[in-house]
Amino acid sequence: MTSTTRLDPLIEYLLRFGDTALVLGQQLGAWTGHAPILEEDLALTNVALDLVGEARAWLSHAGEREGLERDEDALAFSRGDREFHNVLLVERPNGNFADTLGRQFLFDAWHVLALEQLSASSDGRIAALARKVRKEAAYHARRSADWVVRLGDGTETSKARMQAALAALWPYVGELFEGDDVDAEMVARGIGFDPAALREPWSRGVGAVLAEATLVQPSEGWMQRGGKRGLHSEHLGYLLAEMQSVRRSVPGDLW
Amino acid sequence: MYTQMVDVEAAGAASDEQRRFDEKLDRGVTIEPKDWMPEAYRKTLVRQISQHAHSEIVGMLPEGNWITRAPSLERKLILLAKVQDEAGHGLYLYSAAETLGVARDELTEALLSGRAKYSSIFNYPTLTWADVGAIGWLVDGAAIINQIPLTRCSYGPYARAMTRICKEESFHQRQGFDVMVKLCAGTAPQKAMAQDALDRWWWPAVMMFGPPDSASPNSEQSMHWKIKLFSNDELRQRFIDQTAPQADALGLVIPDCELRWNEARGHYDFGAVDWDEFYRVVRGDGPCNRDRLRARVDAWEEGAWVREAALAHAEKRTRRA
Ligand SMILES: [Fe+2]
Ligand SMILES: [Fe+2]
Repeated sequence: MTSTTRLDPLIEYLLRFGDTALVLGQQLGAWTGHAPILEEDLALTNVALDLVGEARAWLSHAGEREGLERDEDALAFSRGDREFHNVLLVERPNGNFADTLGRQFLFDAWHVLALEQLSASSDGRIAALARKVRKEAAYHARRSADWVVRLGDGTETSKARMQAALAALWPYVGELFEGDDVDAEMVARGIGFDPAALREPWSRGVGAVLAEATLVQPSEGWMQRGGKRGLHSEHLGYLLAEMQSVRRSVPGDLW
Repeated sequence: MYTQMVDVEAAGAASDEQRRFDEKLDRGVTIEPKDWMPEAYRKTLVRQISQHAHSEIVGMLPEGNWITRAPSLERKLILLAKVQDEAGHGLYLYSAAETLGVARDELTEALLSGRAKYSSIFNYPTLTWADVGAIGWLVDGAAIINQIPLTRCSYGPYARAMTRICKEESFHQRQGFDVMVKLCAGTAPQKAMAQDALDRWWWPAVMMFGPPDSASPNSEQSMHWKIKLFSNDELRQRFIDQTAPQADALGLVIPDCELRWNEARGHYDFGAVDWDEFYRVVRGDGPCNRDRLRARVDAWEEGAWVREAALAHAEKRTRRA
């Protein structure tokens, strides 16, 4: 079974960024009201706000370019999990605070680099959007790196939890740097970037933070892949079922 | 207990300090943290401000329950921002309480142990998306009516926190009303959802102003101290007068068959409030009291290792510096 008919590569490309931001924003929203300290309720919600805001921009752009009258909400609430194109990393469950911040840290480090690349896109709208969210992403990256350091170089417990979180997340970082035919076409058209090119600067940045945090970088092993092409883990189905439940169960155009 | 303290204070034969304090109250000059104040005034304020802070924090839960299910991305953003505002309100209010010499951790401990109270409205469940609309419209609406007078209360830090908070609450009220507008203009199931939410939230919202004046023993002293400016019944009437026409505009029916405009009084008449229910929920037997407190206790206990790590790291930093 394939993930529906192949989309126009540009649309799929835009959905990858939109879905990735949306899924991560959705996950962070579940922390609101349950964080370890009030200041973190505020901060995690801030990041969720930024990411959902970013998702709206990518998805509405995708919808316009597609020209099938699917707006941001039609795309967010009416697609099934095989039609989502987010990377697998962001659908890893929230887990404990170390799992959430570890996931955020690995993602943020990539997000900043990806947005930097997209800021130079030949597609003016993509470039403008990337430039707009780059500052937010840079702020998220500083914050999540800061937490990795505090937890890594905190207590024995926090160090063990952060180290375990990294080990569990590591198999999902490979996909961030794996290009496919969609990426290749976007590179050829001057719209996108080669994911493999981000690997080195990402490793350098992440490595420096892990060293400061007195954490050990997990050894490279098998890397999971598939999210970008619509082949997900079991977690995404539940996440979407929850997110889409009102829209799918109650008829209505305006909310 | 509380009245006894007032008596002791009074018996201490009006000191110069007491006279200066009374004079400030009379002239409408705010009392500031460094000023002398009667111990009973301070205690009452700590109780009132911390209850208010706890209400903001517990109040994040019923609406937070719908963040992951908001039916559009824009509604998700609005709701995230709203619940975040409530966390911010909690923070300002804890800071205002701290100016009276109590630490935030002490206040948190009082909440989590069940000793401190918070607004009973949050002990009701949010069962559908329309509840998010109803809470914004009715609960934030009632909160504004309660709090706007407090922007002129006698204690400076509290009055200033209220000014900031009221601005945001009025956004919340409009956003909640807008959810109701959309649902009421929508499909039959959407409108039915809106009516169901009003049916369930109306009376708890009416109860938010507290017991009737006849059963509100502490009010008189608080009014003298200007930390309460209108009586519970006055504020309740104001809320009903404001909200009834809004329900009409939405095409919704308020679940009170005695509700009607009284030309002679210039106010709406309304039916009897079920105060037994109110006291039952205050005492801990509302539908969600245990769940709400459990959620706060879980967040606090499960977050303990994170707070400890942050502290340990900060200490290592200081030692290295
Ligand atoms: Fe509030
Ligand atoms: Fe509010």
